[in-house]
Amino acid sequence: MLKFLLRRLANYVLLVVIATSLAYLLAASTLDPRANYEGRSPRPPEAVVDARLSELNLNDKVPLIQRFGTWAGDVVTGDFGRTWEGNSVNQEITRRVGVTLRLLVLGVLLGSVLGVFAGAYAAVKQYGWFDHGATLVSFLILSIPTVVIAVLLQIAAVAFNEATGTRFFQYTGEYTPGLQGGLLTHLGDRLQHLVLPTLTLALSQIAVYSRYQRNMMLDVMNADFVRTARAKGLTRRAALVRHALRTALIPAVTYFAFTFGALLVGTTFTEKIYGWHGMGELLVNSIYSNDVNSVAAVSCFAAVAVLIAALLSDVLHAALDPRVRVG
Amino acid sequence: MGMPEEQLGEELIKEESAPRASSRGRLVARRFLRTKQGVTGLIVLALLFVLAFAGPALTDWSYTDKDFMSFLQPPSARHWFGTSQTGQDIYAVTLRGMQKSLIIGLLVAIISTAVAAIVGSFAGYFLGWTDRMLMWVVDLLLVLPSFLIIAIMSPLFRGGNWPLFVLMLAAFMWMVTSRIMRSMTISIKEREFIAAARFMGVSAPKIIFRHVIPNLASLLIVDATINVSAAILTETSLSYFGFGVQPPDVSLGTLIADGTRSATTAPWTFFFATGLLIITVLAVNLVGDGLRDAFDPTARRPGKARS
Repeated sequence: MLKFLLRRLANYVLLVVIATSLAYLLAASTLDPRANYEGRSPRPPEAVVDARLSELNLNDKVPLIQRFGTWAGDVVTGDFGRTWEGNSVNQEITRRVGVTLRLLVLGVLLGSVLGVFAGAYAAVKQYGWFDHGATLVSFLILSIPTVVIAVLLQIAAVAFNEATGTRFFQYTGEYTPGLQGGLLTHLGDRLQHLVLPTLTLALSQIAVYSRYQRNMMLDVMNADFVRTARAKGLTRRAALVRHALRTALIPAVTYFAFTFGALLVGTTFTEKIYGWHGMGELLVNSIYSNDVNSVAAVSCFAAVAVLIAALLSDVLHAALDPRVRVG
Repeated sequence: MGMPEEQLGEELIKEESAPRASSRGRLVARRFLRTKQGVTGLIVLALLFVLAFAGPALTDWSYTDKDFMSFLQPPSARHWFGTSQTGQDIYAVTLRGMQKSLIIGLLVAIISTAVAAIVGSFAGYFLGWTDRMLMWVVDLLLVLPSFLIIAIMSPLFRGGNWPLFVLMLAAFMWMVTSRIMRSMTISIKEREFIAAARFMGVSAPKIIFRHVIPNLASLLIVDATINVSAAILTETSLSYFGFGVQPPDVSLGTLIADGTRSATTAPWTFFFATGLLIITVLAVNLVGDGLRDAFDPTARRPGKARS
């Protein structure tokens, strides 16, 4: 088992290295940091711009391979270089990583747990009102891009706030700047800001997982081993939860690794639209501002996040399926 | 000696497969037309296509026109969907954006499904190092978030270079299908008709294109349909942030992005593009669901899972 995981880990690490390098090469050859300086007025002399760009390892007159070598050498020692304005990318990332992880972890947990239970319940009550309702709603949600879900939720929140004359839903930033009050007030304020972005992320997750889990559950519900469990005296609920649901979870866990990339993208949209200063926002802004080193750093983060999700799904798979553990 | 036999074999296969393929197609079509969701989706989709491509002829305004007499006006007889902040006729612009979104969706689905079919079947048929190399590429592309790569490349899409955008979207949409194709090819290649073709001396690429891929067509058709909606959704999201279709071209994504800013004060700038987008994707998904039922009547419906 440990050997299996270690082999997977080695493979994933190689993939991350290649993915990040590829992202850097792509960014370095398509983005144009020089334009940021040349667009200034008064326009700085070319020699000054060149010197500045060279100092930041962004000069497009230096061969790409040489720039890549300098960048890779720094990254190996844990330094992602500097932004085009000269700030440390590492600092920027450490400030933002927590914001994104909070959103991501909450979205994943809420989305997958609620989705799996909704799907399992729909399967148990097949063709009941809950089943039909869940099918309809998830079909609708899967037809709306995350961007539009975020904007629609924002519009609904504005309408709700205006109708009730309160400021219950907060839809910009992750907390109210300059808020007075104790710990409890701050906590409440953060929760108010958290509701809508988390909901945006979780909704599509719930839709995907409930569809998937429903099908898997229907597959195993009438299987022999569930009937055996009932025959040996388990209640219907125990047989369904302990035996059917556990077996039906295995494909969903595999699916988790596949959907994680999509979720990461969803986080980017959510952060940008709700004004959270996380990694996704950094990505969008750094592409706008031709910031090669930041783009590469975010790519590395994304690849590592996908890797961890894949590894986690391997571990969960092993925990649920004894055949993987033994074989 | 070998030549006439090979030709005979080829002809036998041709004669045998031609009538069977058409009757199977008719059978599936008949089953599809019996599914309620499939027919609904197909009708809605047909109407949307007519609207997108014939609709602009109904109004005097073109998507490039600007009406300097009315800025940000609600829908009226003069401007059916109202006007934007710069005086654009929302009806004309929205239909123009829909054309682009529909074309992009269709192209991406066709290209990505073709790539998935070829890569998956070659990997499954040859196995060995071909398989290992191709599946490694699949793993790599799955680790790279497509949004990120396409966003980085977005400066290259400027100047009406949207076909490159289509290629990039397609490049990141074939991996999961190709994996399924691969495992199904592995199981199908042991069957008698493939073995027979192989013993007759038919070359491997010919077997793959004549026997393997047509036999897995049901999976591919359903998947192509799902890919249309996935492509439209991805295109919208990328264009929303300015990483997709570049001005002066418009798509539903760029229109939704423009509309968002005035969504609460002037809802018509936002809701027509958004509504048409949702209806389009919904219709495509319904068709996909109907096709799935038609190809595999034993499957439980409504069954559906996608990312």
